[in-house]
Formats: sequence, C-alpha cells, structure tokens
Amino acid sequence: MTDAAAPLATVPRPPVARAYAVAMLWIVRREARRFVGQRGRLIAALVRPLVWLLVFAAGFRAALGLSITPPYQTYVTYEIYIVPGLCGMILLFNGMQSSLGLVHDREMGSMRLLLTSPLPRGWLLLSKLVASTLISILQVYAFLAVAALFGITLPWLGYVAVLPALFAAGLMLGALGLALSSTVRQLENFAGVMNFVIFPMFFMSSALYPLWKMAEASALLRDICAANPFTHAVELIRFALYAEANWSALGWTGLAAAVFLGLALWGYDPARGLVRRGV
Amino acid sequence: MSGLIVSGVSHAYGSKRVLEAVSLRLPPGRFCALLGPNGAGKSTLFSLLTRLMTVQAGRIEVAGHDLFDAPRAALAEIGVVFQQSTLDLDLSVIENLRYFAALHGLSGREAARRIDAALDRLAMGERAGERARDLNGGHRRRAEIARALVHGPSVLLLDEPTVGLDAASRAAITAHVHDLAGQGGLTVLWATHLADEVASGDQVAVLHRGRVIADAPAREIAPSGDLAARFLALTAETA
Repeated sequence: MTDAAAPLATVPRPPVARAYAVAMLWIVRREARRFVGQRGRLIAALVRPLVWLLVFAAGFRAALGLSITPPYQTYVTYEIYIVPGLCGMILLFNGMQSSLGLVHDREMGSMRLLLTSPLPRGWLLLSKLVASTLISILQVYAFLAVAALFGITLPWLGYVAVLPALFAAGLMLGALGLALSSTVRQLENFAGVMNFVIFPMFFMSSALYPLWKMAEASALLRDICAANPFTHAVELIRFALYAEANWSALGWTGLAAAVFLGLALWGYDPARGLVRRGV
Repeated sequence: MSGLIVSGVSHAYGSKRVLEAVSLRLPPGRFCALLGPNGAGKSTLFSLLTRLMTVQAGRIEVAGHDLFDAPRAALAEIGVVFQQSTLDLDLSVIENLRYFAALHGLSGREAARRIDAALDRLAMGERAGERARDLNGGHRRRAEIARALVHGPSVLLLDEPTVGLDAASRAAITAHVHDLAGQGGLTVLWATHLADEVASGDQVAVLHRGRVIADAPAREIAPSGDLAARFLALTAETA
C-alpha cells in the first residue's frame, strides 16, 4: 500500500442541488445496471402480461360483454380493455420486485451504505423509488410494443400521454413496496407478503373487469374495488392511453403515493432502530 | 476539540439495556481500538455512530458536529467500514467507489481525482476495473477502506474490519490504518476483539456488557505488553 502518510485532503462540498441530483442519478444508474444484469427479469415481466393478453383475454373475450364506458367511444374488444390493467400489473409486480431488492440489500448490508449518506434519507428513498419506476416504465413500453406486434394497438397520442400516468402509478406502487420492505425482516418472509398484496390488489380492481360488472355480482365487492388504490392507478392509465385525463384517479393515486411514501419514511426512520431489524 | 466525542450514550432494545453511559474522547489523529468480546455492544455503538439508529440518551459529536442536531454535517465527516461487506459484488471496484462518491454528492473530475487517490493509497489502482466479486477477502477490505476515504472524512469507523482475513492481509490493513491516523491525521475508531491489532501507543477502550471498563493508552492498560491477557482478565473480573 502506498502513500498512506500523506495527509488526507478535505473535499470541497458540492452545491446542495447538485449533490441531490448526482445521488439520484447514480442510484438510478445502479438500479439500471442491476436490471440489465438480470435478463430473466425483463422476460418474466413481459411473459406474465402477454399470457394474460394473448391467452386469458382471448378465452374470455366472448364470455365478458363490455358496454361503452369512458374513455371508450365505441365497443372495444376484451384485449383492448385489459391492456391498462396489464400495464398496471407490470408496475405492481416490478414495485414489489424492487422492494424485494431492498430487503436483499438489507440482508447483504448495502442498505447500510445508502443510509449513512449525508443526504436526507427521504431523498435517498425517493431516488430508489424513481429508479424502480423508470425501470417499470421501460417494461411497460416493451409490453405495449409486443402487444402492438400482435395487432393490439392504441391511439398514437396515447403512447405519449400515458408516460406521466405510468410514472405516477409506478411511484405509488413502488412506495407501497418500499413501505412493505421496511416491515419485513427476512427475504424469505417477503414471498408471503407479496401474495397477500399483489393478488388481492390485482383481482379486486378494475384491471380485468369494469366496476359496474363487479357491482352486478356484489355491491360490497364493487365498493372494495373502488377503494383499492390500484383501481385508480389502472383508470389513470386507461384514460391516459386515450389521451384523456382522469383527475379523480390522479388525485387518489397521488394521495395513496403520499401515504405509502410517508409510511416508508416512518419505516426507515433511524429512531425506530432499523439495525435491530437487519438493515 | 474536533475528532470524535461520545458522551454518556445509553441504549436499550425494549427492556434490554445494551449500552450504559458510554463515553469516549478521540482527538484528531488518534487511533482508538474499541476492544470488546462478542455481545459487548460494539455493533450497537457503531450503529449509533453512523445514525442507523438514533441515540436514546447521551450525545455524539463528529468533527464538531452534533450527530442529532446536525446529522448531515456529521455524517459527511464519517467514513465507515462495516463488519459485513457492503460492496456491490456485481460492480467493479471503481464503480463501487463512484456510486459511494455520488451518495456524498461527488461526481465528475473531482470524484475521479479522489477515487484515484484513495485507490492508490490502498494500492488498489491496478484492480480498479475488476469486479468486486472476483477479489479476494483482503482486496475487498482494501476496496472498502478506499471507498470510506473518498469523501475526505475526518473520522474513520471500522467495525471488525479484519474478520475472515489471513494473517498477512490482517497485518497489512492494520498497519495501513494506523498510518492513516498517525500521519494522515484521521481519527480512527477500530472495533475488534483481537488484541494483537493494537499498537502500544494506541488508545484502548474496553467495552464489556455495554460499559466502558477501561479507557487509556494500551501501554498503561497492559504495562507488561500482554494486552490480550489483560483484556481477558478485565472482562473476566467484571463478568
């Protein structure tokens, strides 16, 4: 080893805004590197919704009649109807997958490194959230591209207009995953949590069937679906895919994102003694 | 005084008290070995020093910054090497350091300059492009120490950094960190349960069952020079 005797120079501190931006950029880069290194993850992320789209939807096309409801101006096939729900499914699974990564980071110790940064913990967690959301969005666009190859296309403007909706929905679902990851001690416990979150959220939503259809079966079930934040995320995406804004869905999605992020910040608060729980 | 000051720190997990009025004063340039058997409370103290947990009672000051009142300024002055490796094994050594530099807001030429200097300091320049997964234990530890120096901290915390290393790597890393303190001006807190890592001029704090039972230069604690025997005797006396 060399030159240990040289006095250590102090480092000039960068401007605060620049420091924040640099940290977020590198956290996003690291997540992107990790994603690129896990080729199976992209394939899994595409296969799951494509099976729903090309197999499930084709089978149920005749069984499930749909009336004309906004944003649709005419009758649409079932494949078209479930595209927003499947976009939401990708965001939901990826949000959970990212939080699984956080639990892994905790077990491997790299979460310690992140949390000893002098930048505010909230900013670091938000950066993680942004990183996982951007990766989710990439997967959604890959899914929409493959769906288009199979003839399931949407208005051109919708492909652009859906971007902010995907970002909002991705943040909300990622924040949910973040909040959950703060409560789970071990990696093996996370599979159970995912089953208790992903499946109820997905099936009790408007992803696969419209709420009016659900009301025919049970008014209570319909109310539960209407209260599910995932329903609002799906509706936000559905309208955006037709270049329309659904302000109510945006409001509920934003509110849910704020609540979940608040819970995540509380969960990662150093005063709660995260180390004892394995950070 | 800058450096590191720990004043009357106590901590409990529920009803179980793990630290009891722990106090330490480390001036700049001091190497302090925190000696303690397993379960003495060393890791809890490190978690408090790095703000993974907040202090329940007492006060910690890093380079003049109170860790509770000014956590960002205090954390910016700390370099830390945890007992468990925190390298991202799929990234190269230099990417690990760049990522860490970014967590301290450093990028571009300034970060590159600091990273090169830190790697050279630990003789890791030639391994900068290697994946962390491909390094042996000693080189991983060196990479972690280099990383902890990138942002120019004034206090370096190392929690049992030689665990799992062979004798040669252990001796080299111990000697180098001593140099960082003695001639580099760093304040070093080195947690260990191995007395042979301590030099006669080092400050030694013996932590046992959450209490500091001795805090003095090694040569005063063990005038005969056999610190290991004295450490065993001290922890046996208070058992």
